[in-house]
Amino acid sequence: MTIYLLCFILFSVGLYCLLRKRNIIKIIIGLAIIEYAVNLFIILIGYRMHGRAPIFARDQLISNMVDPLPQAMVLTTIVIGLALTAILVSLAIRIYEKYGTFDITKIRRLKG
Amino acid sequence: MRLIPLFIIIPLASAFLIALLGRRIKSLGDWLVNLTALSLLVFSLLSLKLVAVSKIILFQAQGVLPTLGNCFILDGLSLFMLVTVSLVSLMILIYSVSYMQRYSDKWIFHSLFMLMLAGINGVVLSGDLFTLYVFLELASFSAYALVAFGAQPEDLEASFKYAIMGGLASIFILLGIALLYSYTSTLNMADMSLALADKPAGILLKFVAVLFLVGFGLKSAIVPFHAWLPDAHSSAPSPVSAALSGLLIKALGVYALARVLFNVMGVYPQAYFIFLVLGIISMATGAVLAIAQDDIKRMFAYSSISQAGYILFAFGIGTPLAVLGGLLHLFNHAVFKSLLFLNAGAIEYSTGTRSLKRLGGLNSKLPITGSTALIGAMGISGIPPFGGFWSKLLIILAAAQAGYFIFAAVAALVSIITLVYYLKFQNFAFFGQLEPIWSKVKEVPFFMRFSLIILAVICLISGLLLLPAFAPFLQDAANILVMR
Repeated sequence: MTIYLLCFILFSVGLYCLLRKRNIIKIIIGLAIIEYAVNLFIILIGYRMHGRAPIFARDQLISNMVDPLPQAMVLTTIVIGLALTAILVSLAIRIYEKYGTFDITKIRRLKG
Repeated sequence: MRLIPLFIIIPLASAFLIALLGRRIKSLGDWLVNLTALSLLVFSLLSLKLVAVSKIILFQAQGVLPTLGNCFILDGLSLFMLVTVSLVSLMILIYSVSYMQRYSDKWIFHSLFMLMLAGINGVVLSGDLFTLYVFLELASFSAYALVAFGAQPEDLEASFKYAIMGGLASIFILLGIALLYSYTSTLNMADMSLALADKPAGILLKFVAVLFLVGFGLKSAIVPFHAWLPDAHSSAPSPVSAALSGLLIKALGVYALARVLFNVMGVYPQAYFIFLVLGIISMATGAVLAIAQDDIKRMFAYSSISQAGYILFAFGIGTPLAVLGGLLHLFNHAVFKSLLFLNAGAIEYSTGTRSLKRLGGLNSKLPITGSTALIGAMGISGIPPFGGFWSKLLIILAAAQAGYFIFAAVAALVSIITLVYYLKFQNFAFFGQLEPIWSKVKEVPFFMRFSLIILAVICLISGLLLLPAFAPFLQDAANILVMR
């Protein structure tokens, strides 16, 4: 249970960072933290106490394995998260070129 | 069934080829994207007959357990979306042959657009939740990049806003999928709905439903989550705005939400009511905010929020008639909103401005843009005999039949407000005296005119989809959503 709570705290830290910070780079970091929290949560779903890696072999007894599907999912989501971070960072670089600042309160050319 | 993966492989391959060779061979992109969209349209029309016979077609990679491997499903609803997406995207791509000449590096646009198309098709066809998530991300990423395509400061700002909101939405969706997986230990939609039917509806399922509502709600910009849409849709190049408004928010938002909530989780009465209320709120808010806009594309973007509200409202009523009306409205809206955005693009192409205050009397200079815009505006505000009239009529009738008289009255009122702001658009842009500065304006090139006219014709006759000869197309799709 504690570990789920810690995972939730990680999520909240990310959400706080995303909502409260003004610096674009910090917002991106916040989004990345949220994503890691969710990835961690998915891994925790498939975890079993003292389970072994789900590798299939002839002489191995199929006893207590962790669930492999969440791990496969997390591999994919990590890659997707990398792509999102790459897009956001490249946008941030271009925004800095145009506006000369990372502060979102000063990047307001569009009226809400 | 071998046809299904083609819907994803063809645009992906074309995106890859353009990315590889597009920089060197200039004309490759134009040919390849139009050919791709045309072939997708042909394939989707070909599969109409197949689906009419066998209702559900399943495709699965071989040698994988059915509950684990990713699978694709083609049923009435997916096919309806596929036909809409390929038809509208073909028109958008024909239009962009001329329009995108203004931008350098056209091949990047083509490549990204094909990726987005592959993503949308994947979302529409996917039969398990994780595949849906992956394709959802593919479509969203290309949309973020396409919004920033012009690389003006406003574009970058809008794209950043959109990317942050969209990223958060995807994370909520992923969390919902993870929770559902832990509850049912399968990802396949059909298996999951069977597994959920056996279990009691606990607090976990409600939490998951809320996560999906927030996630897909952010993607489809229903009202509490709409802040990114006017910026993103008005900053993007016009063909991209047309694709975002016409296709992306429907496939990624409304379609995915309906699919997941109705077909996988099964609906609770509360879910219907939430759809109803959110639909009404988006409808009214979008329409009221649209009146005051000066930028044409911003006005259309707010109008998109309002019209997406109609679709959501129709799904919320939940009777077969309402769902039918909602789907017809989805099709209509995809057609006339892309027509209107392309018109806005044509105005910008000829005059260089989108501000309503500076335009005026363009009807004499841009006759085809003017008349097609008039058709689009009449279609969207529901003047008979245009397609928009029939879909709105069905929705309002169904609301009255189900006993929601006040909501039906609000929907009718919003339709009138829609007419008001489209009249404002017509009045400021096309009617009246020609401003002297626009006396040298020329009509847009052939390709742009061509797709404007085709879309206007579809807009005019789309009410015919209700005729018995074409009815199975809509009816099969509606049956999927009301089957339970």
